[in-house]
Amino acid sequence: MSLQTPLQSRRVIADRMATVLIYAAFLLALIPLVSVAWTLVSKGLQRLDGTFLFTSMNNIGAFDDRGGAYHAIVGTLQQAGLATLITVPLGVLGAIYIVEYGSGWFAQAIRFFVDVMTGIPSIVAGLFVLAFWVLVVTPVFNDGRPGFSGFAAALALSVLMLPTIVRSTEEMLRLVPAALREGAYALGIPKWLTIVRVVIPTALPGIVTGIMLAVARACGETAPVLLVAGGNPAINFNAFEGNQSSLSLFVFEQAGVASQYAPARAWAAALTLVVLVLALTIAAKLLARRNPLAR
Amino acid sequence: MATRIEACGVSAYYGSFKAIDAVTMTIEPKSVTALIGPSGCGKSTFLRSINRMHEVLPGAHVEGQLLLDGQDIYHREVDVTAVRRMIGMVFQRPNPFPTMSIYDNVVAGLKLNGVKRKPALDNACEKALVRANLWDEVRDRLSRPGAGLSGGQQQRLCIARAIAVEPQVLLMDEPCSALDPISTLAIEDLINELKNQYTIVIVTHNMQQAARVSDRTGFFSIDRTGEPGRLIEYDDTSKIFTNPAMKRTEDYITGRFG
Repeated sequence: MSLQTPLQSRRVIADRMATVLIYAAFLLALIPLVSVAWTLVSKGLQRLDGTFLFTSMNNIGAFDDRGGAYHAIVGTLQQAGLATLITVPLGVLGAIYIVEYGSGWFAQAIRFFVDVMTGIPSIVAGLFVLAFWVLVVTPVFNDGRPGFSGFAAALALSVLMLPTIVRSTEEMLRLVPAALREGAYALGIPKWLTIVRVVIPTALPGIVTGIMLAVARACGETAPVLLVAGGNPAINFNAFEGNQSSLSLFVFEQAGVASQYAPARAWAAALTLVVLVLALTIAAKLLARRNPLAR
Repeated sequence: MATRIEACGVSAYYGSFKAIDAVTMTIEPKSVTALIGPSGCGKSTFLRSINRMHEVLPGAHVEGQLLLDGQDIYHREVDVTAVRRMIGMVFQRPNPFPTMSIYDNVVAGLKLNGVKRKPALDNACEKALVRANLWDEVRDRLSRPGAGLSGGQQQRLCIARAIAVEPQVLLMDEPCSALDPISTLAIEDLINELKNQYTIVIVTHNMQQAARVSDRTGFFSIDRTGEPGRLIEYDDTSKIFTNPAMKRTEDYITGRFG
């Protein structure tokens, strides 16, 4: 028997065909991605400059060619930042409970409701915060006026981010080998310290990735911000009082205006949003890898 | 310091399944005791009962008394972490902490139990690595990741980690089964040196290894699958391997297991 396979053998042909197919599928999948990126960059760069980044839309009409997204950038950063501050401790601790301590019906119930929460449409999260926080809770402290604010938007975004963070952190914690936990227990290290010093550091890069996915999703949500922060053409640095805008809301507003200058503003804001999320993700990844051993 | 371990009717369960039945044996201080037997006979379970690692698994529990110098470690007022600091353990597969350097791995037990002073940690690190015969190989790369060492070095790192907390007993669960013959020899030499200071209990599938390193040998077996494992015979290693009292022991060590 010869060890050399004839080129025409069925195996070789099948192998070639599969290779061609896989590359074709890859190129096909690349087309929309490249198209989106190219459109975004080429159209977004038209207006993306210092003026755009550092002026608001205050006193600028739709048919004016100036104006910018500063107010929206401030809004997005504050709302997403507050939502992250709320959800990261809650989500990570929740996942630790489910994986390390939870057994029996209570942990099962929490897992079930986290799964249910994953499916909540963002508009429902917005309506929930509108009905509960903006129209019921805040008027009590506010002489009966509804409290639209960036913080309300952060609450709505939290509802959306929490299940993502719990589920991704849970998966990452489960990936940490039981042998590491046992190694720590065998040294007489208490369980909580094992979790803090051995389990979490081992799972940290994955946990950070999950958090950043949740943040990226929250930055792109428009409906809840529209409902409970209301939008505002002027800069509002106080997330706890008064209307605020956000980048995605700004894109939504500008895209709907029948003005020759508005689409350029919408594209520039969309590009700003993508670059912002990308920068945050890279920064978070670098921080997570800032381990003396990775040098 | 070394400590006598007395097991009095120790039974271990996984949920409702009884894995070992009423094991009674006395493990002498400053000696090496080997536990041998077929797979599933409960020798690892018994080993894990000695430092209360068995109960880490969900639904697992232990009955009976386990006395460490006369003190029952299963008494309800006993602190589990204190027991485990006194009884170190080395696992089948080396499990250095992947996010820690060699140095941090060795002193992990001390550091996470509250020893903060750098000179004390440095001192303990060197002492443990020297005793584990690893110091010369890693002395100039203590800040490198522990997971970057070879398998045999990793296992000696885990031994160093275990002895850095100054335990009195060292439990080894098939410590050489994932290692090549040269690393195995290094670990066996190490066991011989360590028995001057520690009470060592080693589970092994390798009967030559049991014959080489141990002073006393316990043979565990099961009647059939689903039955609990039992201690069949426990005696001096030389007697077990040359003139065992029980027919089953003889069948097992001569390879006529049935």
